Amino acid sequence: MAAAAALLDARVVGRTLVLDAGGPWVAAEASHIEALVENIYKRAYTAEEVNINVSQVERLDSVGAWLIERLRRTAAEANLKAEIKGLNPRYKILLDEVAISNKEPPHPHPKKKALHDAIEHFGETVAVAGQDFYAIMQMLGSIVVVAGRVAFTPLTLRFTSVVHHLDRVCYRAVPIILLINFLIGCILAQQGIFHFRRFGAETFVVDMVGILVLREVGVLIVSIMVAGRSGSAYTAELGSMKMREEMDALRVMGFDPVEVLILPRMIALIIALPLLTFIGSMAALFGGGLVSWLYGGFPPEVFIERLREAITMDTFRVGLIKAPFMALIIGLVACVEGLRVEGSAESLGEHTTSSVVKAIFLVIVIDGFFAVFFAAIGV
Amino acid sequence: MNALKPNGAKPNGSGVGVENVISARDLVVGFHNVPVLKGLNLDVKRGEILGFVGGSGGGKSVLTRTIIGLIPKWSGSIHVFGEDLDALSEEDRSALERRWGVLFQGGALFSSLTVRQNVQFPMRENLELSPRLLEEISLAKLEMVGLHRDVLDKMPSELSGGMVKRVALARSLALDPEILFLDEPTSGLDPISAGDFDELIMALQQTLGLTVFMVTHDLDSLHTACDRVAALADGKIIATGPIEDMLQSDHPWLRAYFHGKRAKTRTGKTGRKRV
Repeated sequence: MAAAAALLDARVVGRTLVLDAGGPWVAAEASHIEALVENIYKRAYTAEEVNINVSQVERLDSVGAWLIERLRRTAAEANLKAEIKGLNPRYKILLDEVAISNKEPPHPHPKKKALHDAIEHFGETVAVAGQDFYAIMQMLGSIVVVAGRVAFTPLTLRFTSVVHHLDRVCYRAVPIILLINFLIGCILAQQGIFHFRRFGAETFVVDMVGILVLREVGVLIVSIMVAGRSGSAYTAELGSMKMREEMDALRVMGFDPVEVLILPRMIALIIALPLLTFIGSMAALFGGGLVSWLYGGFPPEVFIERLREAITMDTFRVGLIKAPFMALIIGLVACVEGLRVEGSAESLGEHTTSSVVKAIFLVIVIDGFFAVFFAAIGV
Repeated sequence: MNALKPNGAKPNGSGVGVENVISARDLVVGFHNVPVLKGLNLDVKRGEILGFVGGSGGGKSVLTRTIIGLIPKWSGSIHVFGEDLDALSEEDRSALERRWGVLFQGGALFSSLTVRQNVQFPMRENLELSPRLLEEISLAKLEMVGLHRDVLDKMPSELSGGMVKRVALARSLALDPEILFLDEPTSGLDPISAGDFDELIMALQQTLGLTVFMVTHDLDSLHTACDRVAALADGKIIATGPIEDMLQSDHPWLRAYFHGKRAKTRTGKTGRKRV
């Protein structure tokens, strides 16, 4: 290897500045070469023309070729006559190729301003929240229209699809719903007994567990679980169908994606959530009863007797009536987000995340509205 | 042929002067106990454009993917730049991998990165370039494949099929590879774009001294762009040679392929045209 050949040297011959390039002008050496290229004109020369002598260049790739071109251009911009000499003919095409590129300076990256960006981001978020509301209402509207149409012609309902989704969102969710609600029931009872014992009011634990589970916790835990489990799946399914133009394929075959894909999912969810809420609430009561017996020391007969006094049918109904509304909002958010997915994998992930986050948020907001409503009508 | 010295060649000169940049011997590859390639032998010469044809599902992509190491082989050997791929250490292997570029059938652009970031990705990871140089080189590569600077900040999902292929080609050229693997580069392109793409490949092959391994079904590409054609049937290479030899062959599969209904309109006299 001719290690002696310097990458770039300058010498003045008469009125000509001769730049001798040598050695490997390849990407691996780019940082050295670029520094040399940048600095070579910084010294003061009294030259009128520049000769770039590349006869000693051993290897050349596109990065090296570009740097030679940059040498030439820098000289040309300073109104010097610049020429490349001694070029190995096999590199000529490469050099010609880079000579026609980068004619305009590259686009500057947009500058970031922290405060400006924060305000802009806030504004965007508000606007998006508005659009979300609009989109959810629009989806609700189109589902109602399709549901109405299907109600008059029941044979057009995709019954198989409904059963399939019911199996996925309801039947297969039973074990995890049972387990989680059982544990929540246990924890509520344990905490209740632990703290109520100080006032000698252990028996009120039954009231607390009964009312809390049936009115609030049962339906909330189930809704959050379903939003995470099935809402995300709906978004991901619909999103990837949209990405692969499956929705467009349906549409051109004369099917309405809302009828074929979304309605069965919504119906399955609206059936599933009350069922799961019921099952979950029972599991939580069972867990509460078990802990009361083993930890609090009152036998099952006492627990059941006490429960009968503490709760009414209304307590049970208040919890259950919320379930279909929760299902509706989870399904709506999931479908809206699914249809918003665009081409990239990142977009799919983003919308699946926001589907779950928005669904859980709205579930809790709606629960709050129900609490206000029931308080107002005195249930 | 303008054989460049390999950019990343080690001082001991490994790979320099080797005529066959890829050679596969007795290659057996399969899935679930069913062999797809059954003792395949293939040589790719330095500086040529090799067109690789074969029936759908016949194992063309399998061979490409086996050479670039995405599918494990059952037996046989593959030498690239004269080096046995099995004998290489992890480090040498990744050094070797930087000497080839792959254009996947669907482009395989990173969907969460912009065009600019896609092209810059291999350079950013493997080379030490200043931000300014990185910008200039990536733009030069994009302009080399015939794209305008306006696409720089677009996302892959906003591009047309032909543009995706061009960006993917620019990305596969980012590290100045010596071998370019193209998996059906012209499929899904209209004849004009496909013709442009062929010319582009030929121009790049001459400019950069590439060796091109091109899987294709496009008879026009085979006629205009390829120096040699290799045909795969029944898991083996049944013939290699210039397109003219293929057309004159009596092998039933080759006759069916090159003289079938789809091929009848063509005279076979187009010959090879260099830009």
